Amino acid sequence: MATYTINLNGEDQSFTCDENMPLLWVLREVLQKTGTKYGCGIGQCGACTIHLDGNAVRSCMMPISAVGEAKITTIEGIGDPELHPVQQAWKELQVPQCGYCQSGQIMSAVHLLQQNPDPSDDEITEVMSGNICRCGTYDRIKKAVRLATKLLENNQLP
Amino acid sequence: MTLVKTKIGRRAFIRNTGLASGGLVIGFSWLASCKMTPEQVNSLPDEWFELNGFLKVGDNGMVTIMSPNPEIGQNVKTSMPMIVAEELDIAWKDVLVEQAPLNTDIFTRQLAGGSQSIRQGWESLRMAGATARHMLKEAAAQAWDVSVDEITTKDGVLTHEASGNSAGYGEMASAATSIEVPEEVQLKDNGSFSIIGTDKKNVDGKKIVTGKPLFGLDVYKEGMLTAMIVHPPAFGVKFKSMNAESVKSMPGIKDVFHFEAYPEDVEKQWSDGGAIPELVAIVGNSTWECMQAKKALNVEWEEVSKLESTSYHDEALASLLEKPQEEPARKDGDVDAAFKKAAKIVESTYSAPYLAHNTMEPMNFFAHVTPEKAELLGPIQTPEFLEQTLVSRLGMPAEKIDVMMTRMGGGFGRRLYGTFAVEAAAISQKMNAPVKLVYSREDDMTQGTYRPSYKVKYKAGLDENGNLIAWHVRGAGTNDDLIFENRFPAGAVDNYLAEKHSLETNVTTGAWRAPRSNFIAGAEQAFMDEVAEAAGKDPLEFRLELFDRAINNPVGDPEKNDYDPERYAGVLKLVKEKSNWDTETGESRGVAAYYCHNSYVAQVLELENGGGDMPRVNKVTCAVDCGIVINPLAAKNQIEGGIIDGIGHSMYSALTFEAGKPEQSNFDTYRLMRNSEAPKNIEVFFVDNGIDPTGLGEPSLPPAIAALSNALYKTKGRRFYKQPFINDKPPLVG
Repeated sequence: MATYTINLNGEDQSFTCDENMPLLWVLREVLQKTGTKYGCGIGQCGACTIHLDGNAVRSCMMPISAVGEAKITTIEGIGDPELHPVQQAWKELQVPQCGYCQSGQIMSAVHLLQQNPDPSDDEITEVMSGNICRCGTYDRIKKAVRLATKLLENNQLP
Repeated sequence: MTLVKTKIGRRAFIRNTGLASGGLVIGFSWLASCKMTPEQVNSLPDEWFELNGFLKVGDNGMVTIMSPNPEIGQNVKTSMPMIVAEELDIAWKDVLVEQAPLNTDIFTRQLAGGSQSIRQGWESLRMAGATARHMLKEAAAQAWDVSVDEITTKDGVLTHEASGNSAGYGEMASAATSIEVPEEVQLKDNGSFSIIGTDKKNVDGKKIVTGKPLFGLDVYKEGMLTAMIVHPPAFGVKFKSMNAESVKSMPGIKDVFHFEAYPEDVEKQWSDGGAIPELVAIVGNSTWECMQAKKALNVEWEEVSKLESTSYHDEALASLLEKPQEEPARKDGDVDAAFKKAAKIVESTYSAPYLAHNTMEPMNFFAHVTPEKAELLGPIQTPEFLEQTLVSRLGMPAEKIDVMMTRMGGGFGRRLYGTFAVEAAAISQKMNAPVKLVYSREDDMTQGTYRPSYKVKYKAGLDENGNLIAWHVRGAGTNDDLIFENRFPAGAVDNYLAEKHSLETNVTTGAWRAPRSNFIAGAEQAFMDEVAEAAGKDPLEFRLELFDRAINNPVGDPEKNDYDPERYAGVLKLVKEKSNWDTETGESRGVAAYYCHNSYVAQVLELENGGGDMPRVNKVTCAVDCGIVINPLAAKNQIEGGIIDGIGHSMYSALTFEAGKPEQSNFDTYRLMRNSEAPKNIEVFFVDNGIDPTGLGEPSLPPAIAALSNALYKTKGRRFYKQPFINDKPPLVG
């Protein structure tokens, strides 16, 4: 057990836990931020995607001891108080069915648009292929990313 | 307007004045803890008046509608309240929706399955809204001393034109609670809807995209422990022994014990299919600590029945296909005689593997069982059956058991089988503490209730003019006999024989999105293309000819056929028009139509030419007849999802066994379709016929597999008989 202070969504959070505990379980069960989802635990499904210093990362594979000073952003941190354009697009086009994978999908999409504000369809589907949606919302995800690029034209990323 | 008797349970009309007095609000603490938006808080009323179990009207005109059925992503939490709101005649913006707990006194069929929520809820939901509207009108009529028949309603406002009186529902809500429940009420005409048939966004949409705690796995309660189970690693073995002592002292671990989840004397429901009698429980402070203990724990298992492998299932199913059924499931005419005189005969065998459900949210449930009561909260498609099993398992009357539903991270049939909730309750009872049971992905994928493995053999005979004169189908599945003998083309062929077998195995199976149809449609509609080709006919026209036969001169008793040939042909004609079937003669298109779960779906699927092993789907054009469409925005989402699900699983997915053990346990070995492999475009069209609505969760999946298979034939020049198609390679030559 060790004590850690991490920067989560712009705020410092201190707690004690096992040094090998993955960031996913720290977020969900130590800090009670359950927007980041458990899907596979082996970095395959993308439900646990978060941003670590601006990079999209699978939190289920990252031990808390490796986080250090990095700034962590989760689904709870991107659209408060106003929804992020990606969240707006997701809501507008009614992307979710069950909704469980969508936190991870949204975090991947936000990262994609930070890297490439005007991706082609192939670039969208390639990047978004890291996130499994079992309900089959893939077509709407692609359309929502495209809509988000339009919303972003007049609205710089935070 | 239609006058109907108010048939919903009379106990749905036990009325309460004020928020706190209703039994319905008890037990909502967790679900209600999701904060409302500022706009909603500002507009909350001072007092609620419950007019029946489905709805309460606030003094400011806001209305809360209870959504009775479990939400698995099929969007019933929006579409079912829309139906109540329609008949209540309230503006949708003034509606708040709450998930109802299990309450069999008020609601009927609180179950998510068989695409039946809307179809079977249609009448009672309308009645609940119409009855409340009538009571509000009566209250206004008494207040204004006018005839109730002269009062009109619109968007939550009551108006009496002659006297110039007008009032919002909120102003009459208190008085309406003392109006007698009418014996019969008027429903709106199907053509006069203002909410039904319009796009309404998911009532939980904002909470989903902002990551609010909506799902079972997100449940947290003070003092709660986390539990995981260790289940037998193979079908055919059971618990023998373990050495738990060293594991018990691991960090954060409270207890490790062997337990009987289902002792022999438990009265099981069908929803306990796949129940594993004996398990090991690991209970601790957190999921991750339980996972570490699970890794360290050494359990010995003993063989109790045959350890089956996929090669065994394949061989045993294949040998069943050689065996006639003693009493055929259906027999019209004489197929043997017809085959003898046929000008052409076509024969093919199709097969598919086991599939796991793989909901993105693994199985989990919260349970707090004390000697006085049991509180259950989590993702479950069958809360009522769960409660019945708990009565027997916990030895407690139903009145002491509260079952509440969270939103579900997918169901696809897996959460019909609530064995995980029974396990959670048993562990909580033993620990005498609140417990959340969590399955790892590996637990979830290797635990059973799979889509069965199937094989089916078809033989068709054509006369010299290319007319279908004989059809013989013989199918077999693991623990499931597969064939729907009265579905198409039964009734459209003079000589018809349907036979079916089930192979008993110890690998547990269950309903998986569009049970049986999820395989048999792909086989039947692919074979239909082979037969059409042999007949030298366009595959779509060939199908329409058969439906003409079933409409004009059906074989056998038409009542026996469980489809309506006119509606079936209708979706084919619509997809023919919308896909420009006649004018665009692309080489790589496939068509299929199927009827299941009371809805009709036809699709034309177009593949890109070239590509690697599996060409990408350019476009799917889909025609649907589900009667009245409640919420087109969400309805299309269901159709798109079903199509992607069908294509994805038939192309890529399989669960195989070696010595009783599932060979895939996570997404590194079990392949699910990814975004880059999904169709580039899907267009959905609905038949507009005003017929009472039927379901959409399942019917679009089955035909997608056949449309894909038929299009693959066009690009690859060979038929695909074995799912997953990615593994169906041509034999090496030379």
